[in-house]
Amino acid sequence: MESNKVYVNVMAEFTKDGRLLPRSFIWKDGQIYEIQKVTDVRRAASLKAGGVGMRYTCIVNGRESHLFYEDNNMWFMEER
Amino acid sequence: MSRTILHSDCNCFYASVELLHHPELRGKPVAVGGDPEARHGIVLTADYTAKRHGVKTGMALWQAKQVCPDITFLPPRMDLYLRFSRMAQEIYAEYTDKREPYGIDESWLDVTDSVSIKGDGYRIAQEISSRMKKELGITVSVGVSFNKIFAKLGSDYKKPDAITTMNKDEYKEKAWPLPVSDLLYVGSATNKKLYSMGILTIGDLARTDETLLVRRLGKMGSILWAFANGYDDSPVKLENTSAPVKSVGNSTTTPKDMETDEDVKIVLYILAESVAARLRENGFRCRTVEISIRDKDLFYFSKQMKLKNASNITREIAEAGYKLYKENYRLPADEMELKNSNPEYYQKPLRSIGIRGTDLVTDYFCEQLDMFMDPQFREKQMKMDEAVDIIRKRFGFYSIQRGLMYRDRILSACDAKSDHTVHPHGYFG
Repeated sequence: MESNKVYVNVMAEFTKDGRLLPRSFIWKDGQIYEIQKVTDVRRAASLKAGGVGMRYTCIVNGRESHLFYEDNNMWFMEER
Repeated sequence: MSRTILHSDCNCFYASVELLHHPELRGKPVAVGGDPEARHGIVLTADYTAKRHGVKTGMALWQAKQVCPDITFLPPRMDLYLRFSRMAQEIYAEYTDKREPYGIDESWLDVTDSVSIKGDGYRIAQEISSRMKKELGITVSVGVSFNKIFAKLGSDYKKPDAITTMNKDEYKEKAWPLPVSDLLYVGSATNKKLYSMGILTIGDLARTDETLLVRRLGKMGSILWAFANGYDDSPVKLENTSAPVKSVGNSTTTPKDMETDEDVKIVLYILAESVAARLRENGFRCRTVEISIRDKDLFYFSKQMKLKNASNITREIAEAGYKLYKENYRLPADEMELKNSNPEYYQKPLRSIGIRGTDLVTDYFCEQLDMFMDPQFREKQMKMDEAVDIIRKRFGFYSIQRGLMYRDRILSACDAKSDHTVHPHGYFG
């Protein structure tokens, strides 16, 4: 079985009040997706992809998806 | 005032963390275990599917394979487990600063002061349990009680992913029917003694006369009696007050079984060198030496003795260890004897051995010297150890070695410092 865990390149911004916010990411097919809004940030486990990190609930193209920032400083997403 | 104490125990910790990272293995039998090549091949943790097939912690990998042929073995990743342990502590930290880890996967939490804000102990336990699931993806069993001992019994009561209360009006129903061996500090030796007194359950222990217990078990009798009756009032330690170093020890599983006295001596010296070097490095001397022995069938015991003078001299520690071994175990003296002797006369070859210096004092500890000991000789030994330390620091560990090590290069090549173990601190510490 192939893993559902997809590591992605992320463009992120450090805000002046010290928060880290992802702005866009490059999916494995090379396409860049803009993140319109981050609606929630919390630590969470991803049972689907297998991993733990800060979970950013992002609105991308009007749809909600989860972007995880792992302790090893890598970003991953769950493949649908 | 009555306290509210939780004991949180991560279920099959290593296996759960691995399963989180291996979604494809969920629902299948999995065990986390050492490297079979180097003979460190035992099951450290098995998941519940494997446990249902009869796989137990401590089994050799080949045994586990026998009872459960479909099992998948995963090599342990200690750094990952430590990271999860730290993240669990961060969650606990939001409820109390009185939290005392017991090993890597268990913790006591004194939430007495949070009860007025967060709700009663059960509510807090529910919250912690659900957060562990959501944030770390692992399950915990939580015991809720008014002392540490019953809280721990509670977390063992029902697994996995459960919360058990052991309140003052409940413990007689819930804790007392449990076998007495479930109690912390009742090991196999104590259990046997209690059994011979007709004490089978925790309730039996609680109802036995305290003086009778003291007569049979010494002061431990009184402590266990108090545990069983719920009189344990030991506090949950504040965070970051983990006990200072209490012992320095090393153990190793050798690449081949130790079959003769000479084999044991080689390994004991390697371990003692590492122990003594670390004592010196940290400015300690030990007053007690303890050895632990495991034979090839995994039978385990440990013995200790006091030293006449506190010491960090390699030779003294190694000799004390070897003396303990000789007094308590019988193997052929060397290869010759091994070939010519009747094997039934001897005990089983050893799989692993450990040596530990405890009862530590600082370097400048003053004590009565022994009239029959040669202080000049000791002084020389100390200087020699010091010189060896310096040489090793400059040119590497293998740059200088005892002649003994050349008797068996396979055994003497084992690395004393690498056996990674996480021991809980003692309960009374």
